[in-house]
Order: sequence, then structure tokens, then C-alpha cells
Amino acid sequence: MPEIDVSKTIPMLLIWAWLLPLGAFGVLLFFAPWLDRRGRAAGWLATGAVAGSFLLSLLALGFWVAKGPTGAEPAGHSGQTAGVSSQTRAPSENPTRPITDHTVHQPDGRLESIAERASHQSGLARPGPIVGRLFSWARFGRYEISLTYYIDTLTVLMCMMVSLVALCIHIYSLGYMAEELHEVSDPLVQAAGGGPLRRPGRFGRFFQYLSLFVFSMLGLVLAGHLVMIFMFWELVGLCSYFLIGFYRERPSAQAAAMKAFVVNRVGDMGFLVGLMALGGLVGTWSLGDMPDSLGQPVAGVFTQLHELLVGQSAAAEGSLPSGLGMPSGGGFSRTLWILAAVGIFCGCVGKSAQFPLHVWLPDAMEGPTPVSALIHAATMVAAGVYLVGRFYPAFPPEVLLVIAVVGTITLLIGATIALVATDIKRVLAYSTISQLGYMMLGLGVGGWAAGLLHLVTHAFFKALLFLCSGSVIHAVGTNEMPQMGALRRKMPWTAWTMLVGCLAIAGAGLPGLVGLSGFYSKEAILAQVYLFCREQPAVGGWLFAAALAGAGLTAFYMFRLWYMTFAGPPKDEHIFHHAHESPPVMVGPLVVLAGLAIVAGWRVPGTSLSLQQLLDRDRPVLLAAENAARYLPGVGQPGDRTSAESGTSAEYGKMQPLAGSPVWPVVIPEEHRSHDPGVAGPVGWMAFAAALAGFLLATAIYGMRKLAPERIVQAAPAVYTFLKNKWYFDQLYEAAFVRPVLRLADGTVDVDRQVLDRTADGMARGLIRLARMEDWLDRRWVDALFNRSAEAAYRLGLGLRRLQTGELRQYVLWAVLGAVAIFVLVSLGW
Amino acid sequence: MFHPITLAHYFVVGAVLFTCGVLCMVLKRNALGVLMGVELVLNGANLNWIALSNPALRSDPAWAVGLDGQLMALFVIVLAAGEAAVALAIALNYYRLYLSVDVDQANQLKG
Repeated sequence: MPEIDVSKTIPMLLIWAWLLPLGAFGVLLFFAPWLDRRGRAAGWLATGAVAGSFLLSLLALGFWVAKGPTGAEPAGHSGQTAGVSSQTRAPSENPTRPITDHTVHQPDGRLESIAERASHQSGLARPGPIVGRLFSWARFGRYEISLTYYIDTLTVLMCMMVSLVALCIHIYSLGYMAEELHEVSDPLVQAAGGGPLRRPGRFGRFFQYLSLFVFSMLGLVLAGHLVMIFMFWELVGLCSYFLIGFYRERPSAQAAAMKAFVVNRVGDMGFLVGLMALGGLVGTWSLGDMPDSLGQPVAGVFTQLHELLVGQSAAAEGSLPSGLGMPSGGGFSRTLWILAAVGIFCGCVGKSAQFPLHVWLPDAMEGPTPVSALIHAATMVAAGVYLVGRFYPAFPPEVLLVIAVVGTITLLIGATIALVATDIKRVLAYSTISQLGYMMLGLGVGGWAAGLLHLVTHAFFKALLFLCSGSVIHAVGTNEMPQMGALRRKMPWTAWTMLVGCLAIAGAGLPGLVGLSGFYSKEAILAQVYLFCREQPAVGGWLFAAALAGAGLTAFYMFRLWYMTFAGPPKDEHIFHHAHESPPVMVGPLVVLAGLAIVAGWRVPGTSLSLQQLLDRDRPVLLAAENAARYLPGVGQPGDRTSAESGTSAEYGKMQPLAGSPVWPVVIPEEHRSHDPGVAGPVGWMAFAAALAGFLLATAIYGMRKLAPERIVQAAPAVYTFLKNKWYFDQLYEAAFVRPVLRLADGTVDVDRQVLDRTADGMARGLIRLARMEDWLDRRWVDALFNRSAEAAYRLGLGLRRLQTGELRQYVLWAVLGAVAIFVLVSLGW
Repeated sequence: MFHPITLAHYFVVGAVLFTCGVLCMVLKRNALGVLMGVELVLNGANLNWIALSNPALRSDPAWAVGLDGQLMALFVIVLAAGEAAVALAIALNYYRLYLSVDVDQANQLKG
């Protein structure tokens, strides 16, 4: 069998997977209306492209797994560090990294030896990323913006997940969006002449946007350059805007699309600031060590930061003065580092609908349900989590704590509002917010693999739940759960697949034995939070309690949704009578996704291969922790010796007194410790108990009607109103931002009218007066001058004309008299 | 009693001829009379040239013109012949058109 160079094959596969939907988008951009007259051709085209993407991604995943942990670059980014720092010793130092030059110019050569040690001691055998450059976009000074790819386990898994979910949703949309094939009458929009609005169907346009989205999302996960990530980040936001506003005749859809776009801009502003800070700190936005145009490796963000921290640690060791958060050592600025990390997290807060920018996601449910499933549940909103995961090694621990706290607040807000929402899609939207909060919490407390595993499993079961809700909406024509009920008799496939989704998101499973996909990912997050709680009881206790409560709430509101929709007596006979099971083209994806929601957390039979194991294998080490453990061995607490010896402890917090952090010491526990039976065991049972409690309560209230929900509301009306109004966030933002902005706009309009317009009018009037004066001058003087001189010449001509009489003899006389006159004058001596 | 004929005598005769010619041109309304006046003017001028070229008369070298004077006189005669031919042709044609040679009637060139 011929040797396959996976470092070339995998990028090729993924780049083709990335470009296929772009091709479909390009075709549909020009031919969508034409294809709409030929049935579902547009849909099949887009679906075919995504299917191709999925197959290529799957192939790439296969190659990646086969490549194994001892791949082409076995030492991970530490290995790259060594490679680059050995290169820095060469006299032909490349000019793009002046910040790290201190490692070369140190006279005693101590830092070099430290860098060398890094290559030997970075023990963990992690498969290095496959990096490469497609082309260089722009270069200014030491900065370069290039189109590059950075492929590691996370990329490959994300590509596979995105294309798989997108494929299911494309197929589903072939059925769901079928009404768009013909002229559509929208009952929610009043036409100009009364009655519902009638408009041409937009089947092809829908798939065109979906294709653009899949392209952008795959580009986002493939990108190896933060500016490129930002570009695709905006592209997915744009697709989201298009698709939320798909029913663009509805004012609510317009408002929701605009809200999503504007709220995301707030986060993206932070992202931009973070990018600038990062550029100032390390002078590059490239993630990995990319080869430049000559093929020489140029250090990326991670390597640069690593070297900066090496310099910082060494400076601290040598007791150089290091101010409080001020630039110290070799130009390393802790403030700038934190600013960069917080800024990038701001972008993630906007995109992943985290508190306080979560308000756009529920409104985004105005879009068609497949869009909610693909963009606003499975993939795009997970992009923020993905970016935190991608950038994870470069986060300072303080920022990770911020991420964890924000995630916790978000998960509580989402879960509590979902308790009282009655719109089926909004319940799912708040559930999405809550689960995204879980992922952020997991990442924030050091559970890289846990958070990202939850991202993948959540994508499967949340897409499933949304598609099921779409199937229900398709059948009954309303989003309101109080009008549903008993639908499991009418649509069994939808009901049972949705039950699978509910069980998966509630984390159903028997601890230590087996469970649905959500069980593994949620338990992994909770275990990591528990670990964090043991290290940092002051904060961690709250985080763990909130996460556990969130687990219970999740089970409650999901089963509340299921019971209200599918169980009990039918609430509205008319709706119930007309309900029907969806066509096979819609049920098929439900079954596939239900299967994935069950098995996504399992091992491949006969091997130790699982998603969790893949992620664990490629788990990055926090740069801060790495440096704290390796270069400052003396500052760890005695109690943490064991973890320090295990290779890469995370006792970064012990660096605090030296580095001068403005906050208290943060300890990010190492994730592999959360697999200890001592941690995972009790946590598993606690999560099980919480979920069971939520499930039982929902069953008691909504399933068996032992307790009337109205009486619970009466018991605490204030809480109910508070939750029903979504914690008053919309009202708060309305009062705090929207109204002041509108008032400011009114004020500026007034200023415009009263001051600017008047000034302009006055100037114009003055100019007119000046012009009139000039006109008068022109006529009265300049024109007169020319007219008069012309008239004088005319008169002179008229006079002289008389001299020419035509009389020959007169002429002779004049000639003679002239000659005589000249003669006389000459002779008189004149 | 006899004074020798000097250059001044020639000049006086030439001036009288010239003046007669001019008066003839100015006063005659007949085109042929005007032409005669022209001849008189030309010949008055010719007389000056001839006198100035006479070696007997040029005691004063400042007035010496030599053979050049006679040459100029010949030129003037030739010119007068040509001029007379053209002028007579004009006069004849004029007569044909207007049955008159009155130069006062030929005033179409009036401005």
C-alpha cells in the first residue's frame, strides 16, 4: 500500500469540503429563480454539495484518527517552539518577531537553554496541527494577513460535525421549505389591499443562504489566522442576518434580524479591540507557526506568547523588577495580554449569546426552523465556544475565570427563562443559551475537552430538538405549546425522536455504566467544575451549585416541553384534528440525528476510540500553566506536588505574587484529573440526582397533573412575572441603550436642523446675494466697458467710410495734397 | 546776357510738367484726359532723372547719378507704355458698358 502523506491529504480534503458549498452558493446566486421553476433542483444542488463536504470531512477524520498521536509533529506547539527558537539563533533573524529578540540578545544565554529544555520536557505526545498557507492577503510592517489553515483534532471534528448536521438539515429543509416552491401567502403580513400578503416562493434563495453559511462556517473552523477567523465570523453573522430575516415582509423578522446583527456588532467591537491588543502584544495573528512565502516557519500566536512567558518567568526568577500589570521583562505586558483575551472573549459572548449579549438569540427564532436548528443551535452560536476552545492555550487564568462566571450566569438565565416560556422554539432557544453557558463554564474551569465535547453532542441533540419542533410547527401551524398536546398519537416518529433529544439534553444515563451523548459531556463539565470547586471553594462552590441546579432545570423544562406538546389531552381539537406526521424526507433526518444523540458519546465498539478520547488526546495545555510549572518549580504549594510531578500541572496561580495580578490567585485544575473515580463518581451521581429530580417534577406537574402549574405561579407571582419578562433584559436594554440612542438621534436631528441646516442655508443665501452683486457689477461695468469700446470702433468706421467716395479725381487730389504735405513737413525739418 | 543752363532749369521745367500733369488728372473728367495727365507726371519725373545723369551738369559730385539716371528714365518710359495699354483697355471697356468715359460716373468703388 502506498504511503499517504496525511499532512497533505487532510488539508486537501478539507479545503474541497470547504469550497463545495461555495460552488453551490455561486450557482444558486445566479440561477436560483430559474431552478425554482424546475422543482427542488436548487435544494438538491445545495444538499449534494453539503453531502460532498460531509464525505470529505469524514474521510479527513478517518485519516486524522489513523495518523495517531505520534504524527508528523509529535511534540505539539512546544515542539514548534523549540524549532523556532533554534531558528532564532541564526543570524538571519526574520523581522516579523522583534518582540522575542530578547531571547537572542540575552548575554548569558540562559533563556536559550530554557527554550531548549522546553523541547525536551514537553512530554505529552500530542499530534501537532497541520498548518499551511493558501495565499498572503496583505502585509504591512511586521504584520501579515494571510489565508491559512490550521488543522488539528478540533478542526477535523468541527468540520465533520458541521457538515453532518448541515446535511441532515438540508435534507429536512427539502420537505420543510417545500411551500416556498410556489407562491406563498403569508398570513402574518397584511398586504396593501387587505388580506394576507402573496409573494413568490424563495426556495432557491433559502438554499443559497444555507450554502453560503456552510461555506463560511467551515472556513471559520479551518482558518489558521485570527483575522481570517474574524472575516468568516462576520460572514456567518451575515448569513444569520439573512436567514433570520428570511420572511422579510414580517416586521418582527426585520426587527429580529437587525437586533441579532446589532448585538453581535457590540461583541465584535470587543473582538476587534482584542485583535489589536494581540497584534500589539505578539505582532502576529497567525495561530500556528506558519511557513512564510519562502517556506521558513514564522512563529504564531501560541509560540510567541510561550516565548514571552518564558522571558517573563525568567525575569521573575532573576528577581527583575516587575510592576503591577505593567510591561516587564522583555516587553511583555500582562495588561495587554488580558485585554487581548477579554476582547476575543467579547466576540464569543456576542456570537454565542452569552450574558449580557444573549438577548438576540430568542428573537432569532423568527427565521425558518431549519435555520434555527443549523445556525442558532448547532453551529454558528457554537462558534464562540469554538473560538474560546481554539484560543484556549493563550487565555490567562483570570480571563478563564471570567469566562466561567459569564457561562454560569448565562446558563442560569437561560434555564430559568425556559421554565416559563410557552413558545416551543423559544424554550429551545433559551435552552440553547443555557447549554452554551455550560460549554463556556466548562472551558473556563479548564475543561477543554469537556466543553468542546458538549459542543459536539449539543449540536446533535439540539439540532434534533429544533427539527422536531419544526416538524410539530409544520403539523399544527402554531408555536404555542398551550395549544398543543397529545400529539404523540398523531406524529409518533416526531414524538419519540424528540423524547430521545430530551433525554440526551437532560443527560440521561446511569453513572458508570452507559448513557446518551449529553450524559457524557455534561458529566465531564460538571466533574471539571467540581474539581475547580475543590481548588477554589470560594468561587467554585457557586459555580458548581449553579451548574448542578442548571442540570436539574434543564431536565425540568425539556420534559415540560415534551409533556405539553405530546402528552395529555389535546388542548385545541381543531389543531389536533389537522395535525399529521411529517413526510419521510423530514422524519429521516430526525431518526439519523436521534441515533447520533444517543451514540455520540460512546466508544467505537472494540476500540478505545471515542469523541472524548480524541479531544483528550489533543487537549492543549494552558501556556500560563505550562510556564508556571516548568520554569517556576519552587513556587507551587506543597499540597499540589503530585499534580506538578505529573508533567503539566496548572498551578499557575502560585505565580501570582511574582507576576502581580490584580485579582486573587486563580488555579485552573488540569483536566485529566477530572477522570479520577474520586471525582467523576460522586459528580455523576449528583448530576443524575439533579436531572432525575427535574424529570420527576416535570412528570408530576405536566405529565401526571398531580400539581397544577397555576397554583405554583400563584405561590410566587413575582418570580413568575420576573421570569416571564425574561429577567427584564429587553426592558433594561430598551431603557439603558435603545431609548437613549433614539433620544440622542432625535437630539442630533434637532441639532442638524437647527444648527447645521441653518448654517448651510445662511451660507447659501449669502452666496446668492454675493452672486447678485457680482452680476450687477458685470452688467453695469464690465459689459459696459466692452460695449462702449465696440460702439466707438463702429462709429469710427462709419465716419471713415465717408472718405472713400469712389471719386477718382478726389483720390488723386488727396494723394497729391498728402505728398505735398509730407514734402512740406520734411523740408521744414520735422 | 546768356546764363548757362543749369540743373535748376531742368528741375523747374520738370516741376512745371509734373504740376500740369497733376492738374490735368484732377481737373479733367474725361478718362483719356486723366491718362494724358499721367503721362505728363511721368515725363516730368523723367526729366529730372535725365538731367541728373548728364555729365556736363554734374559739377557737384553730390548730385551725380550717372548712367543709372538714364536707365531709370528708360524704365519709366516702358512702364508708361504698359500703363497706357492697360489704362486704355480699361477705358474702352468702361465705355462699352456705360457709353461714357466720365470718371466722375465711375464711382462704384465708393465705400
